[in-house]
Amino acid sequence: MPLMEIRGLSHIYSAGTPFEKKALDAVDFSLEPQTTVGLIGHTGSGKSTLIQHLNALLKPSSGTVVFDGQDIFASKEIMRKTRFRVGLVFQYPEYQLFEETVYADIAFGPKNQKLSQEQIDIRVRGAAQFVGIDESLLDQSPLELSGGQKRRVAIAGVLAMDPELLILDEPTAGLDPAGREELLRNIFAWREAREAAILLVTHDMGIAARCDRLAVMAGGHIVMQGVPGEVFSHAEELQSLGLDLPDASHIALLLRKKGLPLSDSIYSLDVLRDELLALWRKGGAAC
Amino acid sequence: MLKDITLGQYFPGDTAVHRLDPRTKLILTVVYIAALFTANNWFGYLLVFAALAAVMIIAHIGPKAVLRGLKPLIFIIVFTAILNLFFTAGDDYIFHWRFIKITHTGVHNAVTMALRVMLLVAGTFLLTYTTSPLAITDGLEMLLSPLKKLKVPVYELSLMMSIALRFIPTLIEETDRIMSAQKARGADLESGTLIDRAKALLPLLIPLFVSAFRRADELATAMECRCYNGGEGRTRMKVLKMHRGDAVAFLLGAALMAGVILLRRVSL
Repeated sequence: MPLMEIRGLSHIYSAGTPFEKKALDAVDFSLEPQTTVGLIGHTGSGKSTLIQHLNALLKPSSGTVVFDGQDIFASKEIMRKTRFRVGLVFQYPEYQLFEETVYADIAFGPKNQKLSQEQIDIRVRGAAQFVGIDESLLDQSPLELSGGQKRRVAIAGVLAMDPELLILDEPTAGLDPAGREELLRNIFAWREAREAAILLVTHDMGIAARCDRLAVMAGGHIVMQGVPGEVFSHAEELQSLGLDLPDASHIALLLRKKGLPLSDSIYSLDVLRDELLALWRKGGAAC
Repeated sequence: MLKDITLGQYFPGDTAVHRLDPRTKLILTVVYIAALFTANNWFGYLLVFAALAAVMIIAHIGPKAVLRGLKPLIFIIVFTAILNLFFTAGDDYIFHWRFIKITHTGVHNAVTMALRVMLLVAGTFLLTYTTSPLAITDGLEMLLSPLKKLKVPVYELSLMMSIALRFIPTLIEETDRIMSAQKARGADLESGTLIDRAKALLPLLIPLFVSAFRRADELATAMECRCYNGGEGRTRMKVLKMHRGDAVAFLLGAALMAGVILLRRVSL
């Protein structure tokens, strides 16, 4: 059974005013447990609107969202409970920090869950560890940390609620390459340890290539989905939607245009290298 | 959603009303308000209402948009009406029971007060619906510029106003975002006692203030980087110019005022 199932989801902003805008149009989508799904699409394609429906922050104009066999909009009670089970990390989450100490800020979610003091303590320390925030930082003001550390603290604040599905909107935007890599590793390690599912909104095709599955959004629709190899094999279609390709797919596409018989499902540099070596060993004419 | 607040929102368009000089619209709004408070009988109100309706039709602003603007003010309108209804002195009772007295004058005052407030608000909304905030500030600055002789810092005031107006949508968006982010962490902004709710606002207000200060700082730096140093000798990108339409509008405004003054003499 899928962990989350979205059927015919539509959302219209400012309905009935001159600014009316259809952000989502009959989206069907499902998420399997314990997978990492990448959601890619151009700015304004409806990604952010979609993810805010998944933890009941936005109510759909029509359509349903079923999480773990339950309609999440069934009652206020269920909507609120869903917010703890489906953790949502917004873009630039560091702007939501407000408590006096890092510890108190991470504890905000678990406190709202009405957990006991000991449980909160375990959750806070566990979450801080997952994102690589040192124990010594827990008593500092979150506003004094560096940008990258703030981002980690904010993500820890959501991890501390122990969600079964974690949704991240561009978690690495504005981080340097080293910080980006470390954050991703932390998040993937958390997924492994928690056996949770992740939905990752990203513009970075290098990150998308590391997901188990991908969904591509354009104009309020999901226009493509499948494993990365499948999705990236539609290289030219992706480009026409204004999306990048992973470096390896891009190189392979250009080489194919030059007449090299490379397969169209290449998206990692290792596979590209192996295929090129195989061609070279066969003594292919073009090489 | 906070985004749906229409208070002072600009509806872009290209009608005769939109094209008027902002100064004309500002002055005519004042004339309209003066006419509204000069009117003292139903004919006067009818004329003012007709003027409002005419401008709405020309500007392609539907009654729905105006009514939506009035919605947040329902409480104030009802409150003034009730105050007038019960607390107007007089002997022409319609209804009298212990300390509750309703008089003819009271009913009359309640109805006209509510009518005046609604017409007043609807009229000023038309100004903001058809004029971009920047045009309004430009117009205000020009209208107030004689005050510079009295050492009133008109330029600085209008700069402050345009910056404030410019950042209202940004801050609303930001509030929306922080609210969503805190709700995603289980913040409950809607239930509980008054104290609970006030406390629940902290996670919203602190990040909002932090980001407002950050933005102010960034804006100041950006302005200094471009060698901004006040109003002296600055030229404008859009120079305001009066056209024939503005003259027509002033004539119509004068006609409205004259009409209302004449109608004061008509008695029911």
